[in-house]
Amino acid sequence: MTKAMTGARMVVQALIDQGVDTVFGYPGGAVLPIYDEIFQQNSIKHVLVRHEQGAVHAAEGYARSTGKPGVALVTSGPGATNAVTGLTDALMDSIPIIVLTGQVPTFMIGSDAFQEADTVGITRPCTKHNWLVKETDKLSAVMHEAFHIATSGRPGPVVIDIPKDVQFATGTYTEARQVETHYNPQVKGDMEMITELAAAMETAKRPIFYTGGGVINSGPAASQLLRELVTATGFPITSTLMGLGCYPASGDNWIGMLGMHGLYEANMAMHDCDLMINIGARFDDRITGRLDAFSPKSKKAHIDIDASSINKVIKVDIPILGDVAHVLEDLLKVWKARGRKTDKENVQKWWHQINDWKKIDCLKFEQKGKVIKPQYALSRLEELTKKHDRYICTEVGQHQMWAAQYLGFEDPNRWMTSGGLGTMGYGFPASIGVQMGHPDALVINVAGEASWLMNMQELGTAMQYGLPVKQFILNNERLGMVRQWQELLHGERYSSSWSESLPDFVKLAEAFGAKGIICDDPADLDDAIMEMLNHDGPVLFDCLVEKHENCFPMIPSGKPHNEMLLGENADVANAIKSDGAVMV
Amino acid sequence: MSPLKIKKGATSHSAYDLRPNFSDKEERHTLAVLVENEPGVLARVIGLFAGRGYNIDSLTVAEVDHLGHRSRITIVTTGTPQIITQIKAQLGRIVDVHAVNDLTVEGPSVERELALFKVSGTGNDRIEAIRLADIFRASVVDSTLESFVFEITGTPEKIDAFADLMQPLGLQEIARTGVAALSRGAVA
Repeated sequence: MTKAMTGARMVVQALIDQGVDTVFGYPGGAVLPIYDEIFQQNSIKHVLVRHEQGAVHAAEGYARSTGKPGVALVTSGPGATNAVTGLTDALMDSIPIIVLTGQVPTFMIGSDAFQEADTVGITRPCTKHNWLVKETDKLSAVMHEAFHIATSGRPGPVVIDIPKDVQFATGTYTEARQVETHYNPQVKGDMEMITELAAAMETAKRPIFYTGGGVINSGPAASQLLRELVTATGFPITSTLMGLGCYPASGDNWIGMLGMHGLYEANMAMHDCDLMINIGARFDDRITGRLDAFSPKSKKAHIDIDASSINKVIKVDIPILGDVAHVLEDLLKVWKARGRKTDKENVQKWWHQINDWKKIDCLKFEQKGKVIKPQYALSRLEELTKKHDRYICTEVGQHQMWAAQYLGFEDPNRWMTSGGLGTMGYGFPASIGVQMGHPDALVINVAGEASWLMNMQELGTAMQYGLPVKQFILNNERLGMVRQWQELLHGERYSSSWSESLPDFVKLAEAFGAKGIICDDPADLDDAIMEMLNHDGPVLFDCLVEKHENCFPMIPSGKPHNEMLLGENADVANAIKSDGAVMV
Repeated sequence: MSPLKIKKGATSHSAYDLRPNFSDKEERHTLAVLVENEPGVLARVIGLFAGRGYNIDSLTVAEVDHLGHRSRITIVTTGTPQIITQIKAQLGRIVDVHAVNDLTVEGPSVERELALFKVSGTGNDRIEAIRLADIFRASVVDSTLESFVFEITGTPEKIDAFADLMQPLGLQEIARTGVAALSRGAVA
């Protein structure tokens, strides 16, 4: 069935047909026809953000917590350029979002018109794909194709740039099922390679599962299959920052997050393993440390949907191109059919070794005195909220790493953090997106005061829509991670890494009509956290913490996994050689 | 563990460009990339090379299937085997790209380039220029009493050689199309 309608109506119709219930956006001249259509319907809820960057991060938070694509709608020119950070963030973390941008009318493109920007040009390197739609007849097909491309293969952000005259003009609406696409990435893995991996698993003496965000992106089935595989084999499992929750933190085989600020036992196990099974991770530089000393003794298998991730930085022995869930299903079948064999005796020895590493207890800290340690704050937050099915967002910096270390994740889609791009200002708008997707859930954004201020305007959004997001700010009055690196690498010259005029966060909350809580005493912390949890509305929690705490453990720049720094007693001053200092 | 071999004070290195022990011998590859002829597709391909720091030695592009709306981009690039593999995988990720073929490794292929040479001179130089053009099977497509424009087709090496010879004979200007390439044999 084909129908005639305006371009603006097509946009809304396509969103409805694609099952979209929420759009995050900000109006402006070049998208007014679309906003007019949104006004005249009730299927889609529009959330008015306070800055376009907030709209895109909110769409990301929505997407990551629901598994559905997020949608943002912004105007031309500055609306589109403000969306660029969020698009890049979503590209780096493979988050499916559709960003609709208004554009000046087709006959004015290229004339330096008011609020004109070359949106498809600007966003080409920071999207999976983008379109400038110049004919209304093509608009609905592009909309449907955009959803397909954003969500299939390795997910990612897409942009549809829609000139205002295209929104006004009438054209023919194309249904989703009528749209043909040549973009159909391979999801099934090569059976020969999968069999080779199964065989390697049977004889491995020191195996490890190294999992990443690809497991989460593949959908809930992938996490289920992963859990089955881990339980059935008895192998230890670690995960990247992006993969937290794909295997439960309370699970028997969980050995914690790996990487630059990962757990000692996880990094040591990665270094010493003889079979590394990478499932949906990409050997990021935060994970590998020094490449020529990365896990030197292991055979490496890599399951990834993106061919360009395989053999990009680390040479692998068993490459498997495909979707995690599809590949794991086949792997389990093959491995079971071959008799569920593992080298139990040696794997047992391997576990003894891992348990010895665990005894170092690399996350231990001492809460003494009257100043709250950030680790203590997060331990108490974990203790007081772990019974909830909670959703955690973070900003970027020390607090992010501490949250990854001290909070436990039992399920996928519960942890929203900017991993690849490291975007300060991500967490607060993301928490708004999460709460829109899960209206009754407990949503907490663990933040640093500096990151939080980057998108603080979204407090207005949280208030307008009654979103009870909890902003748990670890306030050290410093750019903590910058300060830590300056201490370790730049002779303790703290160049611009603190703010001399921070707001009174309680008053700031109150100015927006939200609740503010301040806590600076470890003895009051539990009560204050409970007060935050019990308040039905947005809360700004100003947790004043130790100002000079460093985040450990840490693999210093230019060091391999087995040369971690372990906290207060470690030889920090001599740890990073000058040649390591050139790396970030 | 010995620290990384980076000179003190070096700023050109970062954690991101440390390569593992892949072969670091550079190879020249000719890639044929079949793309949907959409606006911006060439910008996507070029942007990929610029953004990720790959080399483009030569690039040609034209629509080759008007009905199917397909263009063929022929790229000559140099890089280590690992980089070449990355380039192909990254090209394959572009939504508008239908196929990437590495003509250098996928069996024998032919490469041709067309070039125009403007050579000015009189007397012996002029005679020598037209004699050499004859040897290289270049044809004269424009002539004045003191100049020629030669048209020459061949491998890039042949054109380079012709350029070297024309240099002392009054070479003014060269226009080259870049490489077009096809695999040998009956099938595409």
